Amino acid sequence: MTRVFVSADMASVALGADEVAEALAKAGAEVVRTGSRGLFSVEPLVEVETDVGRIGFGPVTAADAERILAGEHPNRLGDVGALPFFARQTRLTFARCGVIDPLSLEDYVDHGGWKGLAAALALAPAEVVDRIDASGLRGRGGAGFPAGIKWRTALQSPGVEKFIVCNADEGDSGTFADRMLMEGDPFLLIEGMAIAGHAVGARKGYVYIRSEYLFAVNVIRRAVELSCDMVAPFEIEVRVGAGAYVCGEETSLLDSIEGKRGQVRAKPPLPAHAGLFGAPTVVNNVLTLAAAPFILSEGPQAYAALGHGRSRGTVAIQLAGNVKYGGLFECPFGITLGELVNDIGGGAESGRPVRAVQVGGPLGAYFPPSMFHLPFDYEALAEVDGLIGHAGVVVFDDTVDMAAMARFAMEFCAIESCGKCTPCRIGSVRGVETIDRLIAGGRAKDPVEALAQMRNAHAELRGREAEAAILRDLCETMRYGSLCALGGFTPFPVLSALTYFPQDFGLASKTAELV
Amino acid sequence: MGAAEIGGKFGWEAMASNLPAAALRVTVTSRLRRNVAKPASMQQAPETMAAEIARIVALHLGRRGPLLPLLHDVQAALGCIPDEAVPAIAHGLNLSRAEVHGVITFYHDFRRAPAARHVVRLCRAEACQARGGVVIEAQAARRLGVSMGETRADGQVSLEAAFCLGLCATGPNALVDGRPISRIDEAALEAIATKVEA
Repeated sequence: MTRVFVSADMASVALGADEVAEALAKAGAEVVRTGSRGLFSVEPLVEVETDVGRIGFGPVTAADAERILAGEHPNRLGDVGALPFFARQTRLTFARCGVIDPLSLEDYVDHGGWKGLAAALALAPAEVVDRIDASGLRGRGGAGFPAGIKWRTALQSPGVEKFIVCNADEGDSGTFADRMLMEGDPFLLIEGMAIAGHAVGARKGYVYIRSEYLFAVNVIRRAVELSCDMVAPFEIEVRVGAGAYVCGEETSLLDSIEGKRGQVRAKPPLPAHAGLFGAPTVVNNVLTLAAAPFILSEGPQAYAALGHGRSRGTVAIQLAGNVKYGGLFECPFGITLGELVNDIGGGAESGRPVRAVQVGGPLGAYFPPSMFHLPFDYEALAEVDGLIGHAGVVVFDDTVDMAAMARFAMEFCAIESCGKCTPCRIGSVRGVETIDRLIAGGRAKDPVEALAQMRNAHAELRGREAEAAILRDLCETMRYGSLCALGGFTPFPVLSALTYFPQDFGLASKTAELV
Repeated sequence: MGAAEIGGKFGWEAMASNLPAAALRVTVTSRLRRNVAKPASMQQAPETMAAEIARIVALHLGRRGPLLPLLHDVQAALGCIPDEAVPAIAHGLNLSRAEVHGVITFYHDFRRAPAARHVVRLCRAEACQARGGVVIEAQAARRLGVSMGETRADGQVSLEAAFCLGLCATGPNALVDGRPISRIDEAALEAIATKVEA
């Protein structure tokens, strides 16, 4: 019986992979459901096991089952790993994703699983932390904080109990790496959490997954059950979010696990000193924890050898939005935006010119093509008031209205603000109103300002330039006055749109559009 | 001096009457107002509901930070978290009713009234907007006969906003009764509409 591999990843299923798998099973094939390889222009993708390795076909539909099994389908891709999109990648974290059956412990062991944990358990906790430190691994959730320092702080904090919390509340638009990894290689995350548990002396771990990721919740729950003996005495509990974006912020995530409203906590104390239930807690993103097994099994130098500047190792970039070859691209830090969008992504799927990319989710800056020389590196993007965030790159073609995108950034912040600090809670609402007035061309005096006794009111009408100045001022207040990244970084997309695309707001551009 | 005189003297009346009504409202989407109770009758008899809640509370008593998983279970069992359930949950967990109410209303996922028979959650985030999501949103509202964030009067379908489903290279995306659908175009909308009318 022919063995075929079909992804059961949420994105593949959304494109019809379940129907394809069913048709293949009916046609007599043995169907293995895997995670996704990560190139969505060829999904639903079927890989057929042959004497010369797996041969891919995609995109296909359920009606194609017979032709695929006969090897006659026109969308034959050959060896999927040899496609340019995959051949250019350096997959450390995602090496197994899309290849193995995610819930098969045998597959995981056959592909090098548990080696990192075994190596860690042979070391003293402080030595494990030293290796993470030496690898230069930085938090992949967005802040880029060195994981080794976080782990060491938690290790050195006194406490009878400590916790590992995996932040799988991947709410940024344009990001799906956490979801893909949890669905495609869940044991890797579990192994990473167990390593972290050993390193800091924690017995219990929580995975906090957003409720929108229905598939990932099921896969991780099952994987936790299957692997509990492998990671004992470390224990993992899966928690499901409830639709609050702000719970991706580490302290509100902790409050949410504790059963409270997901509001941000003021820092200090750092979670590594007093986190979940007041105990020292390491909160790391899925990809940070999933990088640990490689570092332990292959050595920190192998990881640190890759990268750019102070950004070491590989980064799982997600190409999304209006892009021809969208998907997951893991490579060392340092690749430029231009290479990503044009060479690898193939430009806009609509065939129109690319006008802007948003890097780092809804809190990331918009960059015009004139800045495509920027390398993917924490410091390089921070220098131009941008951020890597969770490494999502959303591509927009020339039909995009950047004023509308700036307004949306403020609107999103208003909807998702936890309400704890004023700059975010009120600033975002005022931001929407200010952008509306800016787009409308300023505003006339309101009835109160027109009153004779309002002597301090501006004599002039407020025009576009004045509204823009107010918006910049508001953004500065939000950026420096907010408690967390939601209010603090919402100014990035707003100000970058205003700076690089002023004509969309009806403002005169200081330089001609930087395209 | 009466209130009208004060108003007249300081011009408050003029202010109130001249300001457009819209300026007094927050112009963000209705997702903020999603938790407002809709008039709908509870299917369960009160005693069944009480027993169900007592059973769920007992399930969670042993764990730390039990409120969110408990509320998910209540919503799965009853279809929503009715206001009448709050005192029982609060009592069971030794919390105040305000704390429970605060959590229910903070999280977008929790409903205080039952959802429509079908729920279409359409992604409104940037990656879907880059792929024509705004047009699809308008078409969906028209085709389903319900505006974003609302439930249709006949209780057949709710159209809700989602902010990213993690399918960002193949948008516009939606979850239709929990099933993901990508690359939504007019034909796909037609199929969704047929499904939810059934």
